[in-house]
Amino acid sequence: MSQTAIPTSGPTPQGVGVVSKKTGVRWVPVIGLEVHCQLKTETKLFCSCRYEFGASPNTRVCPVCTAQPGALPVLNREALALAVRVAVALGANVAPRTKFDRKNYFYCDLPKGYQISQFDQPFCTGGGLTLPSGKRVRLTRIHLEEDAGKAIHDRGDTTLVDLNRAGVPLIESVTEADMQTSDEAYEYLTSLKEILQYAGASDCDMEKGSLRCDVNVSVRPEGEPWRTKVELKNLNSFKNVKDAIEHEIERQIEAYESGDKSKFPVQETRLYDATTQTTRTMRSKEDAHDYRYFPEPDLVPFHVEPAFVELQRTMLPELADARRARYQRDFGLSAYDAGVLTGSRALADFFEMVVKLSGNAKETANWITNGVLANLSDPTIAAKTVDELPFRPHDLAELVQLVTDRTIHNNVGRTVLRAMFETGKSARQIVKEQGLEQVSDEGQLEKWCREALVGKDKVIADVKAGKTKAVAALMGPVMKASKGSANPQLVQEILLRIIQTEM
Amino acid sequence: MSGFADYAKLDATALRDAVVSKRTTAAAVVEAALARIAALDPRLCAFSSVLAESARERAKELDFALARGEPAGALCGVPFALKSNMCLEGVEAHCGSKILAGYRPPYTAPFVQRLLDEGAIVVGTTHMDEFAMGSSGENSAYAVAKNPWDPARTPGGSSSGSCAAVAARMVTFSLGSDTGGSVRQPAALCGIVGFKPTYGRVTRYGLVAFGSSLDQVSPFTRSCRDMELVMSVISGADEHDSTCLPHPPIDPDRSDSVRGLRLGVPKEYFAGGLDADVRARVEAAIQQLVALGATTVPIELPHTEYAIPTYYVVATAEASSNLARYDGIRYGVRKPGDGSLQGMIAATREAGFGPEVKRRILLGTYVLSSGYYDAWYVRALKVRRLIRNDFDAAFERVDLIVCPTSPTAAFELGEKSDDPVAMYLSDVMTVPTSLAGLPAVSVPCGKVSQGGKALPVGLQIIGPSLADARVLRAARVFETATKHQSELYALDLSALEGAAR
Repeated sequence: MSQTAIPTSGPTPQGVGVVSKKTGVRWVPVIGLEVHCQLKTETKLFCSCRYEFGASPNTRVCPVCTAQPGALPVLNREALALAVRVAVALGANVAPRTKFDRKNYFYCDLPKGYQISQFDQPFCTGGGLTLPSGKRVRLTRIHLEEDAGKAIHDRGDTTLVDLNRAGVPLIESVTEADMQTSDEAYEYLTSLKEILQYAGASDCDMEKGSLRCDVNVSVRPEGEPWRTKVELKNLNSFKNVKDAIEHEIERQIEAYESGDKSKFPVQETRLYDATTQTTRTMRSKEDAHDYRYFPEPDLVPFHVEPAFVELQRTMLPELADARRARYQRDFGLSAYDAGVLTGSRALADFFEMVVKLSGNAKETANWITNGVLANLSDPTIAAKTVDELPFRPHDLAELVQLVTDRTIHNNVGRTVLRAMFETGKSARQIVKEQGLEQVSDEGQLEKWCREALVGKDKVIADVKAGKTKAVAALMGPVMKASKGSANPQLVQEILLRIIQTEM
Repeated sequence: MSGFADYAKLDATALRDAVVSKRTTAAAVVEAALARIAALDPRLCAFSSVLAESARERAKELDFALARGEPAGALCGVPFALKSNMCLEGVEAHCGSKILAGYRPPYTAPFVQRLLDEGAIVVGTTHMDEFAMGSSGENSAYAVAKNPWDPARTPGGSSSGSCAAVAARMVTFSLGSDTGGSVRQPAALCGIVGFKPTYGRVTRYGLVAFGSSLDQVSPFTRSCRDMELVMSVISGADEHDSTCLPHPPIDPDRSDSVRGLRLGVPKEYFAGGLDADVRARVEAAIQQLVALGATTVPIELPHTEYAIPTYYVVATAEASSNLARYDGIRYGVRKPGDGSLQGMIAATREAGFGPEVKRRILLGTYVLSSGYYDAWYVRALKVRRLIRNDFDAAFERVDLIVCPTSPTAAFELGEKSDDPVAMYLSDVMTVPTSLAGLPAVSVPCGKVSQGGKALPVGLQIIGPSLADARVLRAARVFETATKHQSELYALDLSALEGAAR
């Protein structure tokens, strides 16, 4: 459905767009997005089936979502709660009264022959988000609807239908045509995904189909009224969205510049082909469905009380933007580290739990950005995400403390962390089992130091001449002899004392 | 096992007493019902399926439970029938349509389950107009039910089989569905009680949808006390239907009087098109109510003339969408067509739907189409509001409205089947109440003589929203005082016995 409101003209932002090499005309693209996100509810929008991505076909179904005669929908309040939470996060207005409508069309993956959606009274209008570049993208509306099933066409000459997904709640958000570049569209999607994930509303995983995006694109010469828009579909990644927009802008500019009116863009839906990076016509305006929307008589119009909206506001966690600012302000972290740590809500939540236990934000940040994330990206480690970590925040906090109180050396800490990933044991347990505690026993350290000094006359001479830094050359042999467990600060003190007082 | 001899003489209340007091057994009742169906149904064609085996089994269970001294349900041992647009797990619900031939629902409707839980025994499913679209039963793709008063005539429709089954006393009560009069009109034409509750009093979950904003499960009984009993069982909140009201089940009114009730008599219902004999019977009935202590108030329902066109916009719009699921993909009949998806859907629907259903799908699709939506659908919703306002205004002055249920007595089969508009007009007295969502009962009020046959007439009593108990009380007081109920028991059906279809 294409509902992006496209006014006939608008202000031309300065310096944006593409200057044609051929004609010197500055072409300004006009871009709007329609994004569908699956809500992460326990059960489907109108029945109590539990959806699970990848479940065996047609095992997450019931009379309601397979459209058995006589079955009726009942609204899942949890879906409404999540949808309202998203609306609040995006600063949108939640309508006090809203209703569902039927969108009628025949397709094999649409069991009822209509989709329950919202037509003229979406639950939410307005709002928007500010991109990292500072650009503001306004939202026209967000509405709630049910997903269709899945048609599987690649099984010989039959089509198979899996209705597991039928009835899963979706929110469709429609932007104003506020974007002018593919980068802005990409940034918008990234920001929207971050907000939805932080709100706990959606996984936004394009590969699993929990986020889907259609794009409306048109171009116009700078200062001129808006021209015919084209809808792009079949965009399977954020990169696809970016590439498809770039291709479509070029195609439209070329078409206009050809001067041949028969080649000018027409209002149509085009499918993007990622392998050839081109688009082709799917259906023209003339083929557009008449969806015969009318109010869903099986669901009465419902009221969203202000108290319900406020409740959802209080249930909205602190979003990524706010956390990034706080990490820099309160923890003294760099913008880069704050960015890495807020890469997902799970990671940010994990970081904050460890900080609370370790009491040392900077060290914790270091251990997560360098240690934990490095291990997670190691293919030999089973855990791939923060949710899959084999240890608890408490265990990482313990490691941070062992390092900061010098019970173990930093390098030993890395070995311990690796062992935590491999065994799931606590840091203290690993240190104890492997005898990794730093040795601070002066008698033992002095023995290793004296052994290391044998035959090192040059170093001894340098130190005696005042170049105390020269002892660094002796640290390695001592650490080696101690298998890394020697307390390096004590070793340095002992070496200097022996050289300066005894030699 | 021999059947219970008095089976056909008792209403549900009395039959349950006979079973619970052990004057007979549930098993003997079921045998009597099956024997009567076997004798009469070949001629009357009320039943689509007879569930003899499961009914006998259930009766045995109930008798054992009674023997063990377990508490008896409110309908213990009472046989009933379901219209075949109602879901009972594993039992074919073809809705009178070829497109659902062999369709066995995977679930049981809550309103059916409530009856089963109270000990009622389902003995069969009944014929009907395809997808409840019709007023005579003639739009069935399977068989046309006959009126027990004269098998050449219609029992009314669309709940034709469910009505004929109760009128011929093959079952003690039955369920029908009323969208624009599909229970009240047949009840009037067959001389039994038919009641459409306030919209939302009975869950629609498990009733195959025709017009979602109008459909209500509506029972047929032979007495008003039975209607109160059945309604107290099937009504009440249900979490599966968002349009079902949260109110508790309908509690029968304790009063035995209509004294002081103000009865509105709408002049629009006594205008042209009303059969003179029917009019006389209804007017006499109103006088009997006055004699019982009620008063009458002339009222106007000025938008009545727009009810039929409004109904045929709203109901067909909803139906065109409700029937979209019959695409041959998941259940029911499938025709391959040209092998494409659209071709298969088109071929399935072309072969599966009858002409009346196609006519209504086309009408409904048209009124929802872009460019026509405002002129037809939106305008119909506005008129629907005006019709509701008429009733609201009337009920500020009166407690109930009394009028005929049907403008004529039972017409002959084939008489109107070629003229859809004439058929639509037979619902002119029942459709306004459906559009307004109000409770209304049809109760027998005497007979007229036509073509040498005595044919029943129904009095319709309409109440304000949620006054279901008041409507049923007035009907009960009228029934008790007039004893028209006994005319049905006097009807001799022996001539129909054993005759072939």
